[in-house]
Formats: sequence, structure tokens, C-alpha cells
Amino acid sequence: MSTWISCTNPIKNEYEKVFFLLFLFPLLSFSQEDLLGMLEEESEKTAEPEYAYATFKATRIVNTQSIENVPKKDLLFVIQHRFGRINEGIYDLFGLDYSTIRFGFDYGITDRVTVGIGRSSYQKTYDGTLKLKLARQVKGAKNFPLSISWFFQASLVTLRTEEGEPEISTQQRMAYVNQILIARKFSPKFSFQLSPALVHRNLVMDEEQPNDIWALGAGGRFKLSQRVSLNVDYVYQFNNPQKGSVYYDMLAVGFDIETGGHVFSLHITNSHGMLDRYFIAETTGDITNGDLYFGFNINRVFHLGK
Amino acid sequence: MKNYLPLFFIIFLCFEAYAQNKYFSRDGKISFYSKAPVEDIEAHHNQVSSIINMENGDIVFSMLIKGFQFEKALMQEHFNENYLESEKYPKSVFEGRITNFNDLDLSKDGEYDLKITGQLTIHGVTKEYSTDAKLKRTGDKLQGTCTFKVKVADHKIKIPSTVVDNIAEVVDVNVDIVYQPYKK
Repeated sequence: MSTWISCTNPIKNEYEKVFFLLFLFPLLSFSQEDLLGMLEEESEKTAEPEYAYATFKATRIVNTQSIENVPKKDLLFVIQHRFGRINEGIYDLFGLDYSTIRFGFDYGITDRVTVGIGRSSYQKTYDGTLKLKLARQVKGAKNFPLSISWFFQASLVTLRTEEGEPEISTQQRMAYVNQILIARKFSPKFSFQLSPALVHRNLVMDEEQPNDIWALGAGGRFKLSQRVSLNVDYVYQFNNPQKGSVYYDMLAVGFDIETGGHVFSLHITNSHGMLDRYFIAETTGDITNGDLYFGFNINRVFHLGK
Repeated sequence: MKNYLPLFFIIFLCFEAYAQNKYFSRDGKISFYSKAPVEDIEAHHNQVSSIINMENGDIVFSMLIKGFQFEKALMQEHFNENYLESEKYPKSVFEGRITNFNDLDLSKDGEYDLKITGQLTIHGVTKEYSTDAKLKRTGDKLQGTCTFKVKVADHKIKIPSTVVDNIAEVVDVNVDIVYQPYKK
């Protein structure tokens, strides 16, 4: 009898020990892991919305405007080069003998408002631009899937009329681009943008051309490494009656290379003009004919104030 | 079982004691300074959260990498996008303890020299750090300050050769955190 009791007692004790230890267990684990857990809980209470940033590296995808603005009080100096047609052949060193340029300054009044001026050697065109961020892609405490901007550009052609041609007034030389930019950064590597546009020209030289051209731009980037991305953009024109004979849809493929203070863009496109009105509505290069141009842009940011 | 009942009470009391002896901050400040031949860079973070367990000297920090503010927006973008890869590694975390905790009586007002050792994770890479720190107690308020160095390469943060003169190999990190008693 007594042996039976002495036999069971240890088992009973064992049980209670385990039970007791179970109660101790939360106490033991109540160390660093739980401190971190507490921190996570606390920081979630005050989590701030996470806005998407660096959807693109530069303010242009290749030709078309990207969703990116110039940060507040930063001045962006852009110098764009476009060489002659590659299919001119070796005599013109595949177009490198001829170069048109545009240079421009863009300034961030706020992080959401960028104003700019520029001058293109193509058609001797001056331009003024405004890019306004209307909505920002955000997740976390707030949620919105897209970044949306409005882009406006007014341009003035100052090329002289030739002798015998009628004079053209300043007003007639103006053209306007209105564009909505809708972008999403799907992942750190991949971003995509749709950009419906309306180009209005006060005067068109060809009777067949409407004053207004409606178009849809689409473009994206894929990051190949931290500092290099592959960019593609395309503009489809809806109502250009001379599409396929005189004018063509714009296509551009390029690489963005970021080196810290600069972003270099090297690209090939069928558009000779670098200004939005030209590549949206007046691209003359026929890809099927090999009318391609090599171009490169240099973006340099200067920080002007706190 | 009945015999253990008082013990359970003690255990629960312990829980209480633990909760009361934690000090918490959600707006701690951490800044870092990079001094390089071409330029000096600094960034500030004002939303570091941290808890000190005054029962056993355990200490943890957590912060969102994106919370570092730079003077130049472009630098901040590059910091997140190219160097710290904050979308891949959003947080930096420190888990450590005050190693000379048992030699000090931190319950009284005054300034104390602490020794802290623990695991710091930056850019997904965890490394052990030991540093001296100061803790100042004024009533219910604790202020912890500390300075230490982080070697960028230790955390697999790559600096390309083109900007090697712009970014220091070793950055100075300053910590300044004011704690209040933690209430659930």
C-alpha cells in the first residue's frame, strides 16, 4: 500500500511541476521578444501613411513626362540631345553629325508644383511648363493606388518664315499640351504610367491636320539594378488623319543611369522633336523604315534652399 | 495544487511589476553624420520608438528607415532607394541589455553611465554592438543618450566608386531618447 502511494506521488508531482512551469513560461518569454512585440504594437498605433517615392528616376520616362516632380526648392537642369537619323548611314556617322538640343530649367515651388522653361533648337521653340501633383499613391494609414498629375505646356515656335511666305503672328505660333499623368509604382522595380493628352495648335500648316490631336501615352520602367532602369514609352494618336503617311505614333526605348547627382538617359526613338507637342502630335519617323534617332538627356539637380 | 495558489498570485504580481517598470518612447531622436572629403551629410529621425525594462535592463529600439529626414530630397530618395533599400528592409531594430544594470540603482534621480550590448539590424544585416551610454533620471522621466559608430560595409550597404568621396565609410550615430513610464 505504502509503496503504491510512493509510486504515484512522484507522478503527481511531475504533473504539477509541468503545470507550474507552464505558468512560468509566459513570464520567461516576457523578455526581449515581447518588448519588441510591444514596440511593434505601439508603432502601429501611430503608423504614418507611406507615400510611394521614386516611381521614376527622372521627370521624363523617355520622351513623355513622368509623374515625378522636382522636389521643393530644387532646380533641375535638363539638357537633351537628339542626333540625326541612324539610317543616314556611315557618311553622317549614323546621325551623330547632326544634333538638336533642348535645355530647360525646372523648379520645385513645392513638392507638388513644378514650373519650368526651356528652349529647343528644333523649330527654335521656347516652352513653359507646369506640373501639378493632384494625388499621391499611398498605403498604410491612408490608401490610394495611383499618383495623378496634371501637366501643361505652352510652346512658341520662333522659326522665321521664308521669303514669300505669309507672316505668322505670335498667337498663331503657339501650341498647348494638356496631359493627365496616372502612374503606379507596382513594385520597387516596376512602375507604369498612362498619360492621356490633348495637343492644341493654334495654327497647322497642313489643311488635313486638325488643330487638336488627342492621344494616349503609355510608359513604364523596369529597374535592372539599383542605378539602372530600362524605360519604354509610346504615344498613340487617336485622330491624326495623316497617321501612317506623314505622322507616326511615337515609340522610345532607353536606359536611365543614375550616378548620385545626375541621371543620364540614353535612348532610341522615332521622334526628332524632344518637346511634348512634337513627339505627341508630330512624330515623323517611320519605324518600319528604320527612321530612328539616338538621344541622350542629362538631368542635374541643384539644391537651392532649405 | 492548493499549495501553489500563493505562487500564482506572486507570478501575477510579477506581471504587474513588469508592466510598471517599463519605460517607453515613441518620439526618440536618432541622427547620423557622414563626413567625407566632398560633402558632409546628416539625417535626423524623430520617431524612434524604444522600451527599457527597468526590471532587468533589457532595451529595444525600432525605427522606420523611411523616417530619416535629409536636407536634400534627392539624397533622401537615394538613401532609401539605393543604399538602405527601405522597401525591402523597412525597419532597423536593436535588441540589447544594459550589461552593468545590476551594479546601478536607477530608481533614484541622477545621471548614470551605462554599458549597452546588443544586436543591431540595419539593411537586413544583424551585428553585435557594444557602447557606452548615459541615462539621466528626473522623477518619472528617463533620458538616454549615446553615440556610436556604424561601419557602412558591416551592413552590406554598397557605396559605388563614383560617390566614394561623398559618403563616409564609418558614420557617427547619435541617440537621444526621453522615456516615460509605459502605460498600456
